[in-house]
Parts: sequence; structure tokens; C-alpha cells
Amino acid sequence: MIPEIGHYALILALSLAIIQAIVPLAGSYTNTHSWMALSRPLVWGQLLFLTLSTAVLANAFLANDFSVIYVAQHGNTKLPDLYKISAVWGAHEGSLLLWAFLLAAWSAAIALFSRNLPLPVVARVLSVMGMISIGFLLFLLLTSNPFDRTFPVPFEGRELNPMLQDPGLAIHPPLLYMGYVGFSVAFAFSIAALLGGKLDASWARWSRPWTTVAWVFLTVGIALGSWWAYYELGWGGWWFWDPVENASLMPWLIGTALMHSLAVTEKRGAFKSWTVLLALFAFSLSLLGTFLVRSGVLTSVHSFASDPERGVFILAFLLIAIGGSLLLYAWRAPYISGGGRFDLISRETFLLGNNLLLSVLAGLILLGTLAPLIYDAMEWGKISVGFPWFNKMFVLLTPFLALLMGVGSISRWKHTDASFLVKQLKVAFIISMVFGLLTLLPMFSGGNLMVGLGMGLAMWVVTSHLVNVKERLKHKAGFNGFLRDLSGGGRSYYGMILAHMGVAMFIVGVTMVSNYGIEQDIRMSPGDTADIAGYEFKFEGVSEFPGPNYNAHRGRFLISKDGKQIAILLPEKRTYFVQTRPMTEAGIDWGLTRDLYVSLGESLGGGDWSMRLYYKPYIRWIWIAAIFMGLGGLLAISDRRYRTARKRASSTSTLAAGSSTPAAAESHS
Amino acid sequence: MFVRIFLLSLFFLISVTPLSAATLADYTFEDAQKAADFRNVIEEMRCLVCQNESLAGSNAELAVDLRNEIFDMMTAGQDKDDVIQFMVARYGDFVLYDPPMKPSTYPLWFGPLFLLLIGAVLLIRALRKKSVAQETELSDNEQQRLDTLLKQPSDSKDAKK
Amino acid sequence: MSRYLRFLVPLAIFAVIAAFLFKGLDENYNPRAIPSPLIGKPVPEFSLPLLEQPDTQITNKDLLGKVYLLNVWATWCVSCRAEHETLVQLGRMNKVDIYGLNWKDDRVAAQAWLRQLGNPYAANIFDKKGRTAIDLGVYGAPETFLVDAQGIIRYKHAGPVSPDLIRDKILPMVAELKKKG
Repeated sequence: MIPEIGHYALILALSLAIIQAIVPLAGSYTNTHSWMALSRPLVWGQLLFLTLSTAVLANAFLANDFSVIYVAQHGNTKLPDLYKISAVWGAHEGSLLLWAFLLAAWSAAIALFSRNLPLPVVARVLSVMGMISIGFLLFLLLTSNPFDRTFPVPFEGRELNPMLQDPGLAIHPPLLYMGYVGFSVAFAFSIAALLGGKLDASWARWSRPWTTVAWVFLTVGIALGSWWAYYELGWGGWWFWDPVENASLMPWLIGTALMHSLAVTEKRGAFKSWTVLLALFAFSLSLLGTFLVRSGVLTSVHSFASDPERGVFILAFLLIAIGGSLLLYAWRAPYISGGGRFDLISRETFLLGNNLLLSVLAGLILLGTLAPLIYDAMEWGKISVGFPWFNKMFVLLTPFLALLMGVGSISRWKHTDASFLVKQLKVAFIISMVFGLLTLLPMFSGGNLMVGLGMGLAMWVVTSHLVNVKERLKHKAGFNGFLRDLSGGGRSYYGMILAHMGVAMFIVGVTMVSNYGIEQDIRMSPGDTADIAGYEFKFEGVSEFPGPNYNAHRGRFLISKDGKQIAILLPEKRTYFVQTRPMTEAGIDWGLTRDLYVSLGESLGGGDWSMRLYYKPYIRWIWIAAIFMGLGGLLAISDRRYRTARKRASSTSTLAAGSSTPAAAESHS
Repeated sequence: MFVRIFLLSLFFLISVTPLSAATLADYTFEDAQKAADFRNVIEEMRCLVCQNESLAGSNAELAVDLRNEIFDMMTAGQDKDDVIQFMVARYGDFVLYDPPMKPSTYPLWFGPLFLLLIGAVLLIRALRKKSVAQETELSDNEQQRLDTLLKQPSDSKDAKK
Repeated sequence: MSRYLRFLVPLAIFAVIAAFLFKGLDENYNPRAIPSPLIGKPVPEFSLPLLEQPDTQITNKDLLGKVYLLNVWATWCVSCRAEHETLVQLGRMNKVDIYGLNWKDDRVAAQAWLRQLGNPYAANIFDKKGRTAIDLGVYGAPETFLVDAQGIIRYKHAGPVSPDLIRDKILPMVAELKKKG
């Protein structure tokens, strides 16, 4: 009976979503207070039912209720409890339920933190959230019900994909989805603003913290996925340009552009129509990612059990959601005012440049990801687009992003004197050039231009921001001034600095690991040693080791440097009982400046094994960079401005006519 | 639709062909450059059986055979280009993760740059307008809005009409 | 007017993408199918023993002069078993010769398979090492090639052939190629 409760809860949530999508919106047009006020209770109701539904599914896994098809397919009595929980979102149906649940959670967050927003705005935003929710709940109920039953009841479940039986991957999807779904808030705010015709700085101010929070989740989620791929796939790689990874990177890039564009819109009222478009695209790309992963249109490592019928449904959903919102945009955007003017050399210009580059990067990922499909459809031949193409494109374009970052963050709004920029950045530029050139010397990279470029750029990002901070603190009294600044209104500024330092770390990590990483495929007998980058790997043999639901071959390696033992690595090769495919667990000795990495290959008989040994310099910096970016984002939203903004907004809660009418629009954008 | 699901499941069956002990450890070259070339070329080729893996990463029997074939070719003195030619003649461009540069792939290779160019042109045009706009006389409405903006830079919003 | 039109550009871009995605959902679209670059090219040279007579070599030249199907199969291939009955029926029609390429297989097992399930093949080429299969661009059994009298490959099907495919595609092509001689 219990699974049916989960099913009914879904149906009830759908009913509430339908009311939520219609009534508050209608109320905002007819100015019916009670209809608009309904939006909040409806959202809480939806969250209640979806929580119930998710809890029911989790309970079914914990109780090994194999009469539920989804549990029979992905659960197992021997599965550790942690993975029984993560199995809830381990496959298609359940992960969609997680989507719907998180959407309700974000909606509830809006309901909670929007006390000071004008009620019509809240009503419209929550109505749009309701519309999205309808799409997902219908998708769940019509094509992917996780509560479907089966008879006769199987005695045992087919178990969660072993690849997903890992603590890192247990929390990766929720974080990633928090990011995807989070962009729905900026989307909803934009649609509400387009509907209401009130697109102004306060719209930007409200959207900004929400966008940043979603972006933080997405950043950390992507980094976690990358880290997981690194230690779980046994290939020592951290990014594979797989369609599913691409599907997460596109919204991230557009989301990053959106954050920066929102800053301009909030501070200067400029780029409004562009910012709205980015908000629409960030969420549209999240939806598109869902489509690509689940429709079977592309081949991918992660692909969920793909089903064309579901593909048709999602495509219809995309057409309504994305097509509808872009249609609304085409209708309303011509009347958006242009906002403040600015000079050719100004922060606005550099931020626009950043937006352009980020958008082109997202566009090229879309092109590369869809190219096999496009080529097939156009009958231009069958091609594959893999990491070499993506790497070339990114290496070509991203350096400009790093260059702009240093110039943009120090420029002033509206107008900056070229001489000011030169004066401020001269030293930083020279230091970076010299540093980059130094790395080309024979004792360092010996003329490896990629290393020179990467290190020079990283140094540029660091030094230009140092100059920036120094300039800011010039008029504040030293370290105490810094502390006061940090506790006051400077947090979004220091958040920006922190996140940009993350970018510098990322550049260092990528440059070092791609140019100085060493990998060796080797056959070893027990007692053999191998030497990599001055580290000695001594293979002591492989023993069998039973796990809860798998058997492992566990290798033992002694790592020493200069005759001194520094680590013992225990890489595993696991064979899971139910899904018999072998899985690798790399043995890693991690460090800030290098990882030593061993992945067990195949048994070659007589105690011999093939293995892969890696030396990965600075690879941790890639993920630490993501933590920096995430912390930077969190610091930024803790800025006093957003707390006071809420109070201030309530006092100006009348619906300003702004530029909502065609007559008022004298667009200069 | 059924046909496709059926086919996909068959492909899955195909991939369960007998595995052989696959390791790159046994491919040794005298010349370090050759070894690196070999490694690169098999990493940049798609395994045809389990299509999400490279030739270097796959344990499928066909991948092992192809690796052996490529190894033999390279030890016999042929270079990376010969290997690519050999593979493309048999499996088409599909086998290459790095799409070849030829007229049909121009959209792929130059598309992003074209996109950047269009974006840059639009950007510069918009910037010109923005900076020129300042020199033209402002309408009352705009002047008022500008005043508001200048007065309250952190709380700027469109002025009421 | 153009002021209004340019705001339609995002919608237009999305429409194009959506059209491609729609095409991708077409049941005839298989992202995994690899078209053969060998269509219109001659059958690669080979000289291999026959499955049934290990001492007799057969070469690509021996097959010149007639239209035939070349079917790649193996006893370890599950879908070959599914396909086999269809091939047996096609063999009974006597409309086209079928040659088998027994791919990386065990000779005894392959012969037992033919005795047990019926033998539709005019002859079976025994490719123990799979080298000829590589030259043919085979990436999974079963695969079927249609070759004309000049030894040129005219058509390739990856995956099991169905009676429908034989009726609608293969036999009409065979008839046409035979007419041309």
C-alpha cells in the first residue's frame, strides 16, 4: 500500500502545481489579493507532497520492496544503506523525482525569502515555478512513474549500477540538480518580469542572489563529478567531454555569464534584454541537458536507460518551456529600455566581452555535442567529436577570458581612463609576462609555450586582482579597514576576488597536470618496482578481499621517495555480485602539489598484473579552485546589500510602470 | 521505435563478446616518441564496439585486435598519419575523436570562430551606440532616469514616467 | 521593423536546434550505426582457409563474377543465432549465394552450429585472426555485405537481417545488380 501513497502524493502535487500555475498569475492581472496570496500555501503543499513521495521511495529501497519495479531494478538486500538512499536518484525515474522535489524546495525557498517582494511579483514567479513543476510531474506520472509495481515480486533486486556505489557519486546528483533547478528561479523571475513588464534594477537585484546560489551548487556539483570520474574510472582524467558532462557545463557557462550580466543590470540598469535572455538560456540549457541524457539521441557513458517515448515527451516539454519563453521574450523585449550609457572603455564593456566569450564557449559545446546528430541529419557523414576538438577550442578562447578578468574587475563603471588602466595594471602585466617567460627557460618547461601561457595567465589573474584590492584599500585604513570592509558592504567584492583566485588556481592545475602529468602502463610481478617522477612504486601483490556486495582484488603498493616510505596504496578491482562488471577503485596518495595514482588493470597470470601508474602534479588545484569559486559565491550573497535590499524593496512595493509600455521604450541597447 | 531499442540491446549483447586480458603494458617501443605517438593515436580513436571508450581504454576484443594491428604498423615504421588513414579507410571518420579538417567539417571547425566574430561585431556596434548616445541630447525621460541613476547608483531603477 | 525582428533570433536558433533534436528521435536514427566507407569499393583482398576444409584456401578473386551476400557470423555472437533462421530461409529461395565469414571462432563449434541449425552458406571463410574482418570494417557480428559481380561492395547492414529487410531491400538490390551483370 505504501508505494501507492507515494504515487498519490505525486498526483496531489500535480493538482496543486496546476492551481499554482494558474490562480496566482490570474490574480496578479485581476489584482485579486486572495488569489495571489494563495501562491505561498500552494508551494508549501507541493513541497509537502513531494517530500512524502521521495520519502516513500527511499523507504521502499530501505525495506527492499521489490514489488516496486524501480526498486527491483536498482535495489538489493545486500546494498549498504547509504547506497539504498542514493539509489533513489540513481536512475531515470527517481532522479526525475529528485528534480521535482528540489524544484518544490526552491519554490518554497522563494516563498520563504520573498516576504518583502511585491505580492504580484511573488505570485507570478511562483506561478512560473508551478508551470515548470507541471511539466516534470506530468513527465513522471505519464512516462516514468517510480512507483509502478510488478508481479510476481522478484526475490532479489538487480542492484544499483556499481559505478554509482560511491560516496562521491551519492551526493553528486543532488548538488548538480540543485544547480540546474536553481536556475529555474532566475528563469521564473525573468518570465515574471517579462509578463509584468517590470524589468528593472530591482528585478536584477532579486534575481542575483538566487542565481549565485544556484551557480555555487552547480560549480561544486560539477567539480564533485569530475573528482569522482578521476578516482573511479581509473583513467586519471578529470574531464572527458562526454555529452553528459557537456550538458552540465553549458548551463554553468551561461550561468556564469548571467551572474556577471546581472551585476551590470543591477548597478547600471544596462544590458537588460541581454540579461533576461541569459536567464532564459541558463535554465533552458539545464532542460536541454535533461533531454540529451534521457532521450537516447546521443551516446554517452552516463546515459540513463534511454527511451524514445520519453524523448518525445521531453522534446514537447522543451518546445513549450523554451519556445514559449523565447516567444514571450521576442514579444516583450523590444520594449525593454536600454539603461545607462557607458563609454567604450568601462567595466560594462569588459563584462560584455566576458559575456560574449562565455556564450561562445557554451555555444561551441552545444555545437560539438550535437554535431554528430547534425551531421547525420544533414547527411554530411558520420563524425565523432571528442576531447581533441573541445580542448583545441577551449585553449584558443579561454585565455582571453582570463585577460579580460584582470582588466574588467579593476575598471570603473561608465567610464575608465585608458591611462588609469595602464597605470594600475602595468606592473601586474610585466610581472606576468616575466613569470610566463621564465617558465620557458630550459630548467623549467624548456620552451613549452602552453606552460608559459598558462602560468603567465594565472599570474596575471593573481597580480591584477592584488592591485585591485590594494586600490580598494587605499582609502580605507589598512588591515582594520579591510576587516570593516569585509563585515560591511564589501563582501560581494571580496567574494568576486576569491572566486577569481579560484580561476587562477584552476589555470595552474590544468596547465601543470596536462603538461607534466606522467602515465605509465606497466606489467608488474609481486616485488617489482617502478620509478615515476622520482617516486618508487613497489608492487607487493594482489590479494582477494570481500566487500559487502562485491569481491575485490586489492593490490598493495609501497611508495617511497629517496628511500623513505611515504605511502601505502591499495587500489582495487571489484566484481559486484549482481551486476558482474568489473569496477576499478584507484589507489591515490594525494597532495597539494601532486597526486600519485595507481589503477589496477588485469591479472596476467602467475601473480602478474597490468597496471597504470600516474603522477599528477597540481591536479587537486582544479577541485580546490571550484571550492574557492563556491566560497566566493557564498561570500558574495552574504553581502549586506541583499539583506537590506529586502527591507528596502518592501517600501517601494508599488508596481513601477517603468518602461513597460511601447511608448516609453526608447531603447538604446 | 521498437526496432531501435531492439538494436541497442543487440549492440549491448555484442559488447559481451569474450574479453581478453587487455593491457597496454606489453606494447613497448624503442623510441620514446613512437611510444607517445602510439599512445596518442589510440587515445584519439573511438572504440567501435563500446562507443564511449577510446581504443586505448576499451577491453573489447576488437579494440585489442585493432591495438595490436596499430602496434604492428607502427613498429614496422609507419607513422600516425598512416594509422589514421588505415582506420578511416575501414571505419570512416566516425573512428576519429579529432574530426579531420575537410570541407564537410568546416562548419564544425570554423563555426565557433564565426559565432565569436558575429558576436564581436554586434558587441562593437552596441558599444558604439552606447558611447555615441552620450553625445546626443537626452530626452527628458532619459535625463530624469540618468539623474536617478547618478543619485542612487546602488539602487538604480527606471524612473516613473 | 528589424528592431523587433532581432528579438526573434533566439527563438529561431532554438527552432533549428529543436528540429535537429526531433530528427534525432526518429526511429531510423541510430547514433551507434557506423556507415561503411567501403560502399562502392572492392572487397579487400584476402586468402583464407574454408571452414569445412582447412586445407583449401579461398580468395576474394574466387568470388568474382557473381552477386553474393557476405555474412559475418560467429558462434559466440548471440544475435547471429537470432538471425540464422532468416538466412536459412533466404538460402532456400535460391535467389542469391550467401558466403559466410566465420569471425574469430572455434572451428569445431562453428561446424557443429551449422550441422545443428542448418547451413545456408555456399561456403564459409574461416577468419580465425579477424584480420579480414578488420579490412572489411566489421565492428560487431552479425554484419552482412552485398557484393556485385565485379567484386564491388554495394550495401552493408550491421546487426541481424530481418525477413523484411531481405524482402524490401536486399532482394530488389540483388535483382538489379544481376540485371546489370
